Amino acid sequence: MSQGMTRRGMAIAAWCAATVIAPAMAQTLPPIKVGVLHSLSGTMAISETTLKDTILMMVDEQNKKGGLLGRKLEAVVVDPASNWPLFAEKMRELLQVHKVEIVFGNWTSVSRKSVLPVVEELNGLLFYPVQYEGEESSRNVFCTGAAPNQQAIPAVEYLMSKDGGEAKRWVLLGSDYVYPRTTNKILRAFLIAKGVAEADIMEEYTPFGHSDWQTLVSNVKKFASQGRKTAVVSTINGDANVPFYKELGNQGIKATDIPVVAFSVGEEELAGIDTKPLLGHLAAWNYFQSVKNPTNDAFIKTWQAFIKNPKRVTNDPMEAHSATTNSLSARTTRPSSCCAAER
Amino acid sequence: MIDAVSGAKIDVPRGELDAVRANNRVRGAVRGALGRLSLFSPDVAERLDAARTVLKTRSVDNVPLLERALEGEKNPSIRSAKQIALAASRLLLPERDAQLAGVKGLAASSDGDVLAILRGFSQEATAHPDAKAAAQRAIADVDARLTRLRIVQTIFQGLSLGSVLLLAALGLAITFGVMGVINMAHGEMVMIGAYATFAVQQLIKLHAPGLLDVSLLIALPVAFLAAGAVGVALERGLIRFLYGRPLETLLMTWGLSMMLQQAVRSLFGPTNREVTSPSWMTGAVELTTGVVLTNNRIWIIGFGVAVLTLVALIIRFTWFGLQMRAVTQNRAMARAMGVRSGWIDALTFGLGCGIAGLAGVALSQIDNVSPNLGQSYIVDSFMVVVFGCVGNLMGTLIGAMSLGIVNKLLEPYAGAVLGKIFVLMAIILFIQIRPRGLFALKGRAVEA
Repeated sequence: MSQGMTRRGMAIAAWCAATVIAPAMAQTLPPIKVGVLHSLSGTMAISETTLKDTILMMVDEQNKKGGLLGRKLEAVVVDPASNWPLFAEKMRELLQVHKVEIVFGNWTSVSRKSVLPVVEELNGLLFYPVQYEGEESSRNVFCTGAAPNQQAIPAVEYLMSKDGGEAKRWVLLGSDYVYPRTTNKILRAFLIAKGVAEADIMEEYTPFGHSDWQTLVSNVKKFASQGRKTAVVSTINGDANVPFYKELGNQGIKATDIPVVAFSVGEEELAGIDTKPLLGHLAAWNYFQSVKNPTNDAFIKTWQAFIKNPKRVTNDPMEAHSATTNSLSARTTRPSSCCAAER
Repeated sequence: MIDAVSGAKIDVPRGELDAVRANNRVRGAVRGALGRLSLFSPDVAERLDAARTVLKTRSVDNVPLLERALEGEKNPSIRSAKQIALAASRLLLPERDAQLAGVKGLAASSDGDVLAILRGFSQEATAHPDAKAAAQRAIADVDARLTRLRIVQTIFQGLSLGSVLLLAALGLAITFGVMGVINMAHGEMVMIGAYATFAVQQLIKLHAPGLLDVSLLIALPVAFLAAGAVGVALERGLIRFLYGRPLETLLMTWGLSMMLQQAVRSLFGPTNREVTSPSWMTGAVELTTGVVLTNNRIWIIGFGVAVLTLVALIIRFTWFGLQMRAVTQNRAMARAMGVRSGWIDALTFGLGCGIAGLAGVALSQIDNVSPNLGQSYIVDSFMVVVFGCVGNLMGTLIGAMSLGIVNKLLEPYAGAVLGKIFVLMAIILFIQIRPRGLFALKGRAVEA
């Protein structure tokens, strides 16, 4: 934890160093460039386009307030097209050609791993907004989403509790890439430490965008017929979730029988499903649109006005992006406290 | 609003109330109580549901209640559901005879839930040794029955996956199989069909909400015409200049597929679009307890077979089908007989694309309507067409169904990822042995 604080402190110091040069010469100075590295085409466009819009909105908001330290902000948007190696190239372009001060970007862990060497080589600054598997340490990358100990483990502990249904057998279901595999490795170790037998854990992976869930859902049912309470922990990512939940509903798996807790599902992913048969299935995330508080109400209002769609939903990585930009701008406008780290 | 304790009316201003948030523990308790209360309901469906709920929320108190509920029960399926629920609750009684009676009552079932209850019982400390031994035997019986039923279920799942493959590949069997055009934009025609379904449904929601349940039927001709029109335009505008140059066609259609994807992304946005399922496509049919066939899959199997039959009839019996066969078999002779081969090419390509559009309507029910929809089916489609035999509709059917079933048979053992790899490897080996696919044409019809 303390390491995290110093890292965040250094980031803010870097941000300050880049911006606290001369607030008085505001008009003559060029704008501060903010890089946006989110896929606008390809498989991940569904999730990442929203994040690009979020950063544009936050930049817009900040400029309306007069920018940062008297300078305007300027977003530089590039499209890595859901192509993991292209992420690294685009990151290089942002840092070397556009000379951005800071980059907001990435969704999948595999794309983050792809840009990591570039950010470190060019000493850039990347803010990554999505929950991730942990087990990574870099001076140049800030992961503002939840690590497994902040999301997966509390969720599993809840399912073990009386309110969660006292689950004894576990199905770990995920998309086949680094985040679900690492998270499930951690979860498996955690479950075994809690006294769960190997035979009571079933681990299954599916390709990205899997759409035929019949066999897996039947297998889960079969696994659950062993006589003890079964729960499903889902690290299924992206739009494969929609057919998965449809199949659950159609095969009549009720949350009171086999609860499913998901780590990558929010309002946006579930738009477009009849949610009635899914009542009681769970999701664990740091933020949901349904959180009731004035800050969130205001955020939703600003977002829907910015995107000109009164029904558009928000999601967890958006919150991570907006919280990061807000705290960064709050700190840079109060330079005296700019190096005190907290969140 | 009524006060639950006193029964007095309370006035609460609107917007002052907060919804109660229930968790699964509360939901389970409420479900059990509701089940016990509606055991005597006059409604048949409600009573059956209640009996099944009581099975899952067992307690000693249920025994006398269920005994009473059984007395007047005439409906045989509800009667057996209630008997099973009663037997399950009897297991909780401490007496040896009650437990034995419970095990005996459960042994006849073939339900996963019952198996779970029996397995749980055989591990419990309160179980009498005699009852435990009986439970072990019952578990073996029920498990054997369930395994047999699972084979039926797996075959259904295989047929269902096969029918999805068939629908996706059928259009390609015409454009690639009959015409020889390597159309990498085939998946995008499926996507256009799915988006046409979405557009039709949006219009119906706005202007005629009463028709929502039949919106898919209305979407069928729209999707066919939309994808077909795009197909005809592509053929006339681009593809006809590249006949006989497969590499260039491949590159051009691949580029086209990306352009179409991005066009849809700009037009409809990158996020998934919601196509609601009509009520007759949600839910499932329970063949016997344990074998669940979901309705949307049943409809798609039927739809796949219907489209295949229709295409076969068009090719075999219509004037257009005749000219189409003539042009593909001997272009020069067909032209000499007065067939306008250019237009036949355009219409054939349009037909293939239109069928892909129809597939899009069906896929909108089981997959995401997103700009990437087509990409996930293009490889599978080519696989089916090549495996079945290029240019043979029957081969496409058999190819799709056998790939579907083999995939589903492998999946429980190998997992979804490895299963697919095995299938691909098997096809590579198969193509080595029979390069022309399952139903290769023989004799003079084979091109040099």
